[in-house]
Amino acid sequence: MSVLTADLPVSRSLPGWAGTAALLAVAYVAVPIFGTSYLFEAILLPFLALSLAGLGLNILTGYAGQVSLGSAAFMAVGAFAAFNFNLRVESLPLIASIALAGFAAAAIGLVFGLPSLRLKGFYLAVSTLAAQFFVQWALTKFSWFSNDSASGVIDAPPLSIAGVAFEGPVGRYLFSLTVVTVLTFLAYRLVISQTGRNFIAVRDNETAARIIGVPVLKTKLLAFAISSFIIGVAGVLWAFAYLRTVEPAGFNLDRSFQILFIVIIGGLASIRGAFFGAALIVVFPLVLSRLGSFLLGDIFDSGVLDMSQRIVLGTLIILFLILEPDGLVALWDRVRKRIGTGLRRS
Amino acid sequence: MSDFDWLFFIEVLVGGLLSGVMYSLVAIGFVLIYKTSGVLNFAQGAMLLFAALTFVSLTERGVPFALAFAITFAIMVVIGIAIERTVLRPLTNKPPITLFMATLGLSYVIEGAAQLIWGTQVHGLDLGIEDLPFDVGGVFISQFDIFAAVVAAGMVAALSAFFRYTRIGLGFRAVADDQFAALAIGLRLPWIWATVWAAAGLVALVAGLLWGARVGVQFSLSLIVLKALPVLVLGGFDSILGAIVGGLLIGATEKLAEVYIGEYFGGGIEGWFAYVVALAFLLVRPSGLFGQKLVERV
Repeated sequence: MSVLTADLPVSRSLPGWAGTAALLAVAYVAVPIFGTSYLFEAILLPFLALSLAGLGLNILTGYAGQVSLGSAAFMAVGAFAAFNFNLRVESLPLIASIALAGFAAAAIGLVFGLPSLRLKGFYLAVSTLAAQFFVQWALTKFSWFSNDSASGVIDAPPLSIAGVAFEGPVGRYLFSLTVVTVLTFLAYRLVISQTGRNFIAVRDNETAARIIGVPVLKTKLLAFAISSFIIGVAGVLWAFAYLRTVEPAGFNLDRSFQILFIVIIGGLASIRGAFFGAALIVVFPLVLSRLGSFLLGDIFDSGVLDMSQRIVLGTLIILFLILEPDGLVALWDRVRKRIGTGLRRS
Repeated sequence: MSDFDWLFFIEVLVGGLLSGVMYSLVAIGFVLIYKTSGVLNFAQGAMLLFAALTFVSLTERGVPFALAFAITFAIMVVIGIAIERTVLRPLTNKPPITLFMATLGLSYVIEGAAQLIWGTQVHGLDLGIEDLPFDVGGVFISQFDIFAAVVAAGMVAALSAFFRYTRIGLGFRAVADDQFAALAIGLRLPWIWATVWAAAGLVALVAGLLWGARVGVQFSLSLIVLKALPVLVLGGFDSILGAIVGGLLIGATEKLAEVYIGEYFGGGIEGWFAYVVALAFLLVRPSGLFGQKLVERV
């Protein structure tokens, strides 16, 4: 456990402010102008929500070294908390409901993080499954959470902040983008702060961390809380901006694994990793289904597609663990370096 | 509680203990692999599904029981060897958590393959054992449950004896202790791992048949892993005895809780109750019932 990604350098998480600014300019200006509604609905909205969830899990697993298999539960807590705050508290601004939803997820994360004080490794990973099953059960069982709708389905309220309505795919995209940008910036600040260093110290060697004065227990709980906050907000984006209608069953164990896969494929302990991983996880099924129907025509039905997706995804995970344990980020950096030296030589 | 129905209580308890045996059966597969390679093999459930599905599909095509069993076992051995070659060997001496994630990927591959090959429809499985309750002093016990318990007990006895008294078993334990040291004294790691995975495949096959006869052979079989995990946490990942005792405890408390306190929660608590029991227990004893004392220090 303690050696998990021990040999990973703390990556330069954002490549200089110039590159980031250019990326944001493209995302805010060029994409809304040229993007089609398919691009927003099928790719960019799920990408943003899952990236944020991956980012949250990466803080817990990549930086603080605590494996969690219950991420989807915290997404669900976020989504349903935001729904309820928005519904039950009169004239609460949407942004406040989202923040409160994050805090609700953080509180639940804190509770389910308590076992981490006594447990490590597999025992901890298994115990986080308790969160997964308990939350899903509670949300389905108590219809209060979904305002007594059938089978716990909730509908998202209209997105508006200070009178500005974010409507349509583009509006919801800009809304998600802003939330993700702000939280990514905060997460970036966090991991280069003292707290972020404490996370890494606890991950790499708990005893050593304790000796140099890192409050290990507090740090672990903080990691759970912060990670759950971010994942909770990701859940809000998933429910409010992407799907608009969600039920507890949508936040099942498969979603938790999906988020874990995002972190592994993207790269542990890297801010950019979550975005790389999410991009792959979102785009890859679309490509596979297009490719399938193009190559095989009608015999490639949805059942076969679903199964082959599972197989390819599983294979991909294993390949990444064997060939590129540092994830897409490492691959990207290597490719960029090679192109850089190639350009200089010519 | 003057009119507490003791007979009913005992019936629930026995039913719980017997269903606990079914959990133990799945948990043993995990313990086998954990003991020898230090990996929590999440793909055990997928292997269970694959084995049961293969067996059922063979019998449905008119293959006799014994032959179908042999063929399925042979396939599981091939899968075990393939896993060793393609997944475990390249990841030798990597941190356990990396291997765990690899088995997560593996479970996706095996589940997908099983259903791609054999289809996704639900199959019935008849082992020829009637599921008739019979009367023991006023308590009704399912015949099938007894059969499952006997099979599980037989497997545990065989595995324990194998680990304790044979040279190969000793080799397995050496590998479990220290992979490098085992390699240094000339144990053939690939061979041992392939054997263990094949043995786990056999356990998966037996467990898959029993569970399949119970609930039907379908995708949800692979989710039985999730039932076995609290058993493992409770019993310790590396103890076969722990898997049995843990399974019995979980099975009994789960049934009792569902019957007696479930109504206060509105029912359906069996999905998470086992986890809460296991967690509460772990907070007192972090290494589980029979796990090795030092879980992970530095």
